[in-house]
Amino acid sequence: MLKISNVETFYGKIQALRGVDIDVNDGEIVSLIGSNGAGKSTLLMTISGVNKARNGNITFNGERIENKEPHKIVDLGICQVPEGRRIFSRLTVEENLRLGAYTNEQGKHFETDIREVYDLFPVLSDRKTQRGGTLSGGEQQMLAIGRALMSKPKVLLLDEPSLGIAPKLVNQIFASIKNINKEKNVTIFLVEQNAKKALELADRAYVLVNGKVTIMGSGQDLLKNKDIQAAYLEGGTKN
Amino acid sequence: MEKQDIIKSFKDSLFTGLIALALFGPIVGLRTASKGEGLFITPQWGVVFLLVGLCIVGRFLININSARRTEFKIFSTLTSKFSSITKDKAKHFAITGILFAVVFPFLPFTDRYFMDVAIMILTYIMLGWGLNIVVGLAGLLDLGYVAFYAVGAYSYALIATTFGWSFWICLPLAGLFAAFFGILLGFPVLRLRGDYLAIVTLGFGEIIRIILINWYEVTNGPDGITGIPRPSFFGLPFKRSPDEGEMSFHTFFGLEYSTMHRIIFLYYLILVLALITNYFTLKIRKLPVGRAWEALREDEIACKSLGVNPTNTKLTAFAIGAMFGGFAGSFFATRQAFISPESFTFIESAIIVAIVVLGGMGSQTGVVLASIFLIGITEIFRDLEQYRMIAFGGAMVLIMVFKPKGILANRKPTILMHGDKK
Repeated sequence: MLKISNVETFYGKIQALRGVDIDVNDGEIVSLIGSNGAGKSTLLMTISGVNKARNGNITFNGERIENKEPHKIVDLGICQVPEGRRIFSRLTVEENLRLGAYTNEQGKHFETDIREVYDLFPVLSDRKTQRGGTLSGGEQQMLAIGRALMSKPKVLLLDEPSLGIAPKLVNQIFASIKNINKEKNVTIFLVEQNAKKALELADRAYVLVNGKVTIMGSGQDLLKNKDIQAAYLEGGTKN
Repeated sequence: MEKQDIIKSFKDSLFTGLIALALFGPIVGLRTASKGEGLFITPQWGVVFLLVGLCIVGRFLININSARRTEFKIFSTLTSKFSSITKDKAKHFAITGILFAVVFPFLPFTDRYFMDVAIMILTYIMLGWGLNIVVGLAGLLDLGYVAFYAVGAYSYALIATTFGWSFWICLPLAGLFAAFFGILLGFPVLRLRGDYLAIVTLGFGEIIRIILINWYEVTNGPDGITGIPRPSFFGLPFKRSPDEGEMSFHTFFGLEYSTMHRIIFLYYLILVLALITNYFTLKIRKLPVGRAWEALREDEIACKSLGVNPTNTKLTAFAIGAMFGGFAGSFFATRQAFISPESFTFIESAIIVAIVVLGGMGSQTGVVLASIFLIGITEIFRDLEQYRMIAFGGAMVLIMVFKPKGILANRKPTILMHGDKK
């Protein structure tokens, strides 16, 4: 479905991605783990078209997207939940969700879509007239995911949904991600530093080191992998 | 209050005094006077010490005020009470305001001077509301808004004097021209934000003014354009003796001729134009494009990730903001019947930005209050002549000290505690 081949992205002269190859198949949950500065967020931004790949190509359902504008890519059905949530803090929860539906605002399904999001995250319904900035970190993350779902994506790109969130809420959010994948048939590409959680959730996973994929395999295999345990699990975040 | 606090505020105010001394010393203290052959310096240290003393005392009082909010906050409670009233009864407040504006020309104390001031205030309200789209909603700090005001005024003047078309045809054309210039400015500044954007827009405002001065063949340079036609009441001119075959406003309605008719008509014209601006803003805020403006102000990357096209969004904000500036410019041209580049200097942009900022970014009612306050202050202090700009500056400082987020910092929608929960 989403195929990334040999993608190289630069910030000026600094090379952040050194030829990344990743496949995401329809209906899968694919996780990408790696440490700070490995290039995880850069990869997501490159898929979304905010950063441009200098070399390599990205295809979505057979269509080349690496040179498309970000809003065209969202139109195609790839939506990102950016790192740090990036809620519109002075707009209300409902306005935030309406912005998520920006590309299919004319959509007749707005009411049912928003109802689905409220069913998925009931707390958002209680807070719908509150400003985004007044929500807690976990609620903001739910809002960010809900906002992205409003665009009816086929693939949801999630950048560190566990960042800065209480462990209890992290479990809840990961459960919702699984739910979104299974119930709503949305393909998930998840980028995480919380390797244990990400691998437990994933059908398949990749490890990114210094802008290159070093290990790939099923989530369960990678959890048992000695190198990964040493590098990302033992000393890493435990939840 | 703690003794430490007092010492700290005292030190701080002494430091303020030092800065004041450095500023006022050369500016006020050394006065040049021409005596016979050359210039001589006559020192005025007394005045300097008075000013520095004022600064020290003022700073000290502000420090104490901010240290113990509970004891000394008459002004801020007053304004916060006021803003809570306007928040609760926003609708009543707005309706009362509009009703007052409608009956204002017929109130017994209203004379020619009041009408002129009211028209000026309404012009600034309209400009403030227009700029509020760009600054308040889209969050793009535009310091050259006067350029669109100028483009509107000049397009109106040139079209009206060249083709002799009526006000109602020229007005939308002038708006379109201004919108076009808005897009023209928008393109090069798409990638800029904050301070850098402000600098470029500032430059744009100056470029337009300098073109108006130097493009003599078209704009008549510094001499300006004269004989701009006055608006007519749907074809009925406001003249004592109309041209042959024409009927003037007063004969049609069987009234005694009065120059006030035209003034009152102009007043209602700008009132309607301003209300249209406001209505448009309130409506568009609820539409996707309006929400996208606000979202862009909050976070550009999040916007991109949601499929908002920042290019189009910014350009529409610039274009629509500019269009309303252009409408206001047309009105200005037809009211004055004479325009020259002198009316479109940077100070105008600065006043409009000040109105938006002092009103509380994005607050429509705030713009009204700030316009009345700022334009009113300069009018009240007209007798002080050259000192009235000091009063103006002083008023701005006071607002920023007591209400750093503007007169009305609350914009709708705010948190609703008893909102419509499911």
